[in-house]
Amino acid sequence: MSEGSTLLSWVIWLPIVAGLLVLATGSDRNAQFARIIALIGASANFLVSIPLFTGFNRLTSDMQFVELAPWIETFNIHYHLGVDGISMLFILLTTFTTLLVVIAGWNVIQKKVAQYMAAFLIMSGLMNGVFSALDAVLFYVFWEAMLIPMFIAIGVWGGPNRVYAAVKFFLYTLLGSLLMLVAFIYLYHKSGGSFSILDYHKLPLALNVQIMIFIAFFTAFAVKVPMWPVHTWLPDAHVEAPTGGSVILAAIMLKLGAYGFLRFSLPIVPDASHSLSGIMIALSLIAVVYIGLVALAQSDMKKLIAYSSISHMGFVTLGFFLFNNMGMEGALVQMISHGFISGAMFLCVGVMYDRMHSREISDYGGVANKMPMFAAFFMLFAMANSGLPGTSGFVGEFMVIMAAVKVNFWYGFLAASTLIFGAAYTLWMYKRVVFGAVANAHVEKLEDISKREFFVLGLLAVAVLGMGLYPLPFTEVMHASVNNLLAHVAQSKL
Amino acid sequence: MTEMQKLYLLVPLAPLVGAVIAGLFGKYIGRVLSHWVTIAGVATSFIASIVIFQDVAAGHVFNGSVYTWMTSGEIRFEVGFLIDKLSALMMVVVTFVSLMVHIYTIGYMAEDPGYQRFFSYISLFTFSMLMLVMSNNFLQLFFGWEAVGLVSYLLIGFWYNKPTAIYANLKAFLVNRVGDFGFILGIGMVLAYFGTLDYAAVFSLAPEISSLSVSLLPGQTWSLLTVICILLFIGAMGKSAQFPLHVWLPDSMEGPTPISALIHAATMVTAGIFMVSRMSPLFELSETALSFVIIIGSITALFMALIAIVQTDIKRVVAYSTLSQLGYMTVALGASAYSAAMFHLMTHAFFKAVLFLGAGSVIMAMHHQQDMRYMGGLRKYMPITYLTVLIGAIANAGLPPFAGFFSKDSIIEAVGLSTIPGAGFAYFAILAGVFIGGFYSFRLVFYTFHGEERFRHAPAGGHDHHDDHGHHGSTVPHESPWVVTVPLLLLAIPSISAGWFIGPMLFGGFFGDTIFIAENHPAMHHLAQEFHGVWGMMLHALTTLPFWLAISGAGTAWFLYIRRPELPAIIKAKFSLISTILEKKYGFDAFNDIFFAGGARLLARFLWRVGDVWLIDGLFVNGTARLVGWFSSLIRHVQSGYIYHYAFAMIIGVFLLVSLFVR
Repeated sequence: MSEGSTLLSWVIWLPIVAGLLVLATGSDRNAQFARIIALIGASANFLVSIPLFTGFNRLTSDMQFVELAPWIETFNIHYHLGVDGISMLFILLTTFTTLLVVIAGWNVIQKKVAQYMAAFLIMSGLMNGVFSALDAVLFYVFWEAMLIPMFIAIGVWGGPNRVYAAVKFFLYTLLGSLLMLVAFIYLYHKSGGSFSILDYHKLPLALNVQIMIFIAFFTAFAVKVPMWPVHTWLPDAHVEAPTGGSVILAAIMLKLGAYGFLRFSLPIVPDASHSLSGIMIALSLIAVVYIGLVALAQSDMKKLIAYSSISHMGFVTLGFFLFNNMGMEGALVQMISHGFISGAMFLCVGVMYDRMHSREISDYGGVANKMPMFAAFFMLFAMANSGLPGTSGFVGEFMVIMAAVKVNFWYGFLAASTLIFGAAYTLWMYKRVVFGAVANAHVEKLEDISKREFFVLGLLAVAVLGMGLYPLPFTEVMHASVNNLLAHVAQSKL
Repeated sequence: MTEMQKLYLLVPLAPLVGAVIAGLFGKYIGRVLSHWVTIAGVATSFIASIVIFQDVAAGHVFNGSVYTWMTSGEIRFEVGFLIDKLSALMMVVVTFVSLMVHIYTIGYMAEDPGYQRFFSYISLFTFSMLMLVMSNNFLQLFFGWEAVGLVSYLLIGFWYNKPTAIYANLKAFLVNRVGDFGFILGIGMVLAYFGTLDYAAVFSLAPEISSLSVSLLPGQTWSLLTVICILLFIGAMGKSAQFPLHVWLPDSMEGPTPISALIHAATMVTAGIFMVSRMSPLFELSETALSFVIIIGSITALFMALIAIVQTDIKRVVAYSTLSQLGYMTVALGASAYSAAMFHLMTHAFFKAVLFLGAGSVIMAMHHQQDMRYMGGLRKYMPITYLTVLIGAIANAGLPPFAGFFSKDSIIEAVGLSTIPGAGFAYFAILAGVFIGGFYSFRLVFYTFHGEERFRHAPAGGHDHHDDHGHHGSTVPHESPWVVTVPLLLLAIPSISAGWFIGPMLFGGFFGDTIFIAENHPAMHHLAQEFHGVWGMMLHALTTLPFWLAISGAGTAWFLYIRRPELPAIIKAKFSLISTILEKKYGFDAFNDIFFAGGARLLARFLWRVGDVWLIDGLFVNGTARLVGWFSSLIRHVQSGYIYHYAFAMIIGVFLLVSLFVR
C-alpha cells in the first residue's frame, strides 16, 4: 500500500512550488491573485496529506510511504522519506495549520502579500520534510532551511523590535543545531559511511560516546522545544512575530524539537537517555512549574501565551523521559493538542491586535460586551489551555500526569500543579481582557469577528473539542510505533 | 441496545441538545423558543429518570460502556454508565430541581439581555452533572466534575460587567482547581496501583490492595488507601466547599439566584458527598481517611453556621447555611452513615432550593435589593413566598415532621454511635450546629417577612445591571408571577414530605450493596434496630436534645428579631470582637488574598524579573553576546589597516620563530 508512493514528496514539494508561484506574482498590485494561489496551494497541500492518515497501516511500526533515491552518492546521502505513527500526525497538523494561517492572513497582511504567503507555504513544505526525512543530511538541510522563511517572517512583518527578536531566534537555534551536525558526522564515520537514521538506531555505542551525542542532540532539540533554561528566545520571537508566524512557531516549530528527541536521542543513544533521564525530568518539571509562574507575571498577551507554551511543552519532554506508554503517547497527544490550542490562542490575540494594535492586557477590558461571539471562542480556547476535560488540552496532560504518578508521586505532584497555575494565568488574563465593563473608547469601537475569522476559529474549535471528546483515533495510530520505540529504548546498546 | 439503555443515553443528551440549540442559535430562535427547548430537554430527562428510578428500584442495575474514549498500553479508558440506586436517586433529584429552576428562570431572568445564554448554561450544567453521577469510571467522573465547575464559573460570572462577579468566578474556579489538583493525583494513584479506572474493577480489587502501603516521604509509610482516599477527598473539599476550601461558595452568590439554588445548593456542591458515597468501598478500608473526613466536616458544619448569624445579605445567610449543611453530610460520610448523607443530600436539595428560590423571589420584589436590613414585614405582600420560605426554614432547622428533621436527626444519631476518632468532636459540633441552625433559619424568616417594613426607607437596589427595570421604589412589593411561585410550591412539597421515606431509604436496604459498610462501623446498623417508623422517630425526638436545641434556636430568633428588635444591635456592640471575627469570616479571605494570591504574584514577578530577565536573558544570553562583542572590539584593534602595524607584527613574529627554532 505504501510501496512506490510519492505522497510524501507531494506534501513537501507541492507547497514549495506553490510558494514559488505565489512569489512570481510579484508586487502588491497582484495581491489578490497571490492570495488565491496561496489558498489553492495550501488547500491542495492539506488534501494531499489526508491519505497519509486514511491509508496509514496502524498495525506496523515500520516506516510507511517510503521513498528512497540516491542524492549525493559520494557521501552515501539519500533522498529517503518515510513516516511512522510518531511523525505522520504532525504532517497533517502542519498542512492544517498552514491552511489556517493563509486564511487568517487574508486581508490582515497588506504589505508584501505575495512574499508573506510564499514564506509560509515554503515553510510548510520544509517542515513536512523535517518530519519525513530518514536521511540525516536531508533532515539537517530541511531543519536549517526552515529557519530562513521564519527569520524573514519575523524580520519583515514583525513588530517594532523585530530585528532583535529575529536575530536572537536565528542565532539561538542555529548554534544549537551545529552540534547536531557534528554528531551526524561522527555517526557517519562510526557507522561506516551511512547517513541513514534507521541505521543509527541499530548502531552500538559506548556510554561516554552516547552521552556526548546526547548532549549534542540536546542542544539542538532543547532550544527548539524550548526547554528551560534555553527558552528565552521564544517569548521575544512570539511578541515580535506576525500572527501567522506565532501560530506556526507555536503549533509546529516547537514540535520539531520534541520530535527530534523521539527520532534521534531516544533510539540512537538509549543508554544515555536513561542515565540522563533524571536531569531531563527535572528540566521538564521546572518548565511546568517555574514557567507556569512566570506566565502569571506577564502583562503582554503574546508573552503570556508564549510562556504558557513553554510550560505545556514541559509536559511533552516529561512524558518522553518517563519511558512508559502512557507518558509517551500522552506527550504526543499533548504535542498535537498544543498545536491546535496555541495556534488558536495566538489567532485570538491576533483578532484583537488587528483591531486595537495592542497586545497589552491593560489596554483591554470588557471585550465580551462588543465581541460576544469572539468571547465565546476565546473562552473555549482559554479553557482548553487550562486543560479542561472535554477539550484536547486535557487528554495529553491527563495521560502524562497519570504516567508521572506511576513513576514517582512527586513528579505527578509537580506536573499536576498546572491545574492551578495553568488556570490561574489563562483565566486571569481572560478576565482582565474579556470580562468587565467596557474599559475605554477603543474597546467601545470593537466589532465582532468576521465570517473569515469565524471560519478559522470554528475549525480549530471543532478540532479542540473533537480531540477532547474522542481521542481514540489519534492514539490508535501511535500504538505500534510507540511500543516499538519503547521496546527499542529498553534494550541497551553498550 | 435495549430500550432501557436508550433511555440512559437520553437522560444526559436531552439537556445537552437543549443547551446547544439555545447556546448556538438562541439569537435566531428567540427567547421563548430558547426556554421551551431547554425546558423540554430537562423535562424529558426528568421523566426518563423517573422511569429509570422505578426500573432500578425493581432491582435492575446497569454497568456498561458507551464508547471507548482512548486506549494506551493495556489500559482502556471508557465512557460509560453505572445505573444503580445511588445514581438513579441523584438523577431524579438533579433533573427535578433543574426542571423547577428552568421554569423559575423564565420569571427571574425575564428582563435580562442574556436570557438565552442563561438557559443554555443551566441546561449544559444539567448535562454535566448527569454525566458525573451516571459515570461508571473515574475518568468520566473527572470530566463531569470539571464540567460542572466550568458551568459554575460561567454562571457566577454571568453578569460579567460586575467586578465582584468576575472576581468571584475566578476565585471559585481556582479554589476548585486546588481541590481537583488533589483529586487528579488520587485518580493517578488509583490508576498506578489498580491498573484501571473502572469503578467495579477498582472496588473488587480494593480489599487486596488495602494491605499495601506507600512511602511518599523518606522514613514515612502510609496505607495506600489512606493516601488515595484523602487525595480524592481533597477534590470533594473543593467541590463541596469544605473547610478550608469553602471560601469560594459565599462569593458565588454574585451569580443570578436560580443558579445559586441549582448549582450552589442543591446539586453541584453535593457532588463531593455523592463521590465519597460512591467510593465507600475504598473509604471504608481506611480509618484515618474517615477520621479526616469527619473532622473536616464538623469544622465546616459548626464554624460556617456561626458566620450565617451575622450576615445581612439574604442570599449569604442561605449560602453559609448551605456550607454548614454540607458539613453535616460530610460528617455523616466520616461516620460511615453514607445512606444518611445521601438522604440529607436529597432533602437538603429540596429545602435549600426553596430557600434560595424564595430569597430570589424576595429579591425580585425588592428590585434586586438583597440586604435584609431593608426588608421586613413582607409576609402580607408575598404570602406564597412567605409560606414556602417558612417551610424551607423549618426543614432547614430540622424540626419534625419536615424533611430536614429526619435526615439531620439520623446523622446526629449515627455520629453519636460512631467510634471513629474525631466522632466525639463531631457530635458536639453538629449538636451546637442544630441550635445555630434553628437560630439563623428563623432569623431569616423574621427579619425578612415580619416586623417593621424597613423597605420604605431603603436606598436604591444594589445591582446596577438591572437599572432598566424602571420602577425603582415606586410601589409596594408584590408577589412574584406564577412561573416563580409554582416551582416554589412544587419544591415545598418534598421539603415537607421527603423525610417520610426514611424507613425504606435508610433502613430498608434501599441502597443495598451500592454502599459498602465495613463490619467495624456498625453505627447505621444500630440505628436501624432503634428505628420504629416515622411516628416513633418523631415522638422519640421530643425527648432528645437536638429537637429542643432547634426549638430554642428558633425561640431565640423570635425573641431577638420580633419581641425585642433593638437587642441585636446592643449584643453586637457588646461582643464586637466576636462579631467582627465572624463578619471577617475568620480572616480566610484576607489571608488567601495576601498569602496565596499575593504571594503567587510576587513569586511570579520575582522569577520573571530575576530568573528570566536578569539571570538567563541578561547575564547568560545577552551577556554572551556582549562578551563576544567586547572581545571582538578588543582584537579589532589588531586590524588597524596601517602597513607599519602589520610589518611590526611580522617582524616580532619572525623574531619569535627564529629564536624558537634557531638555537
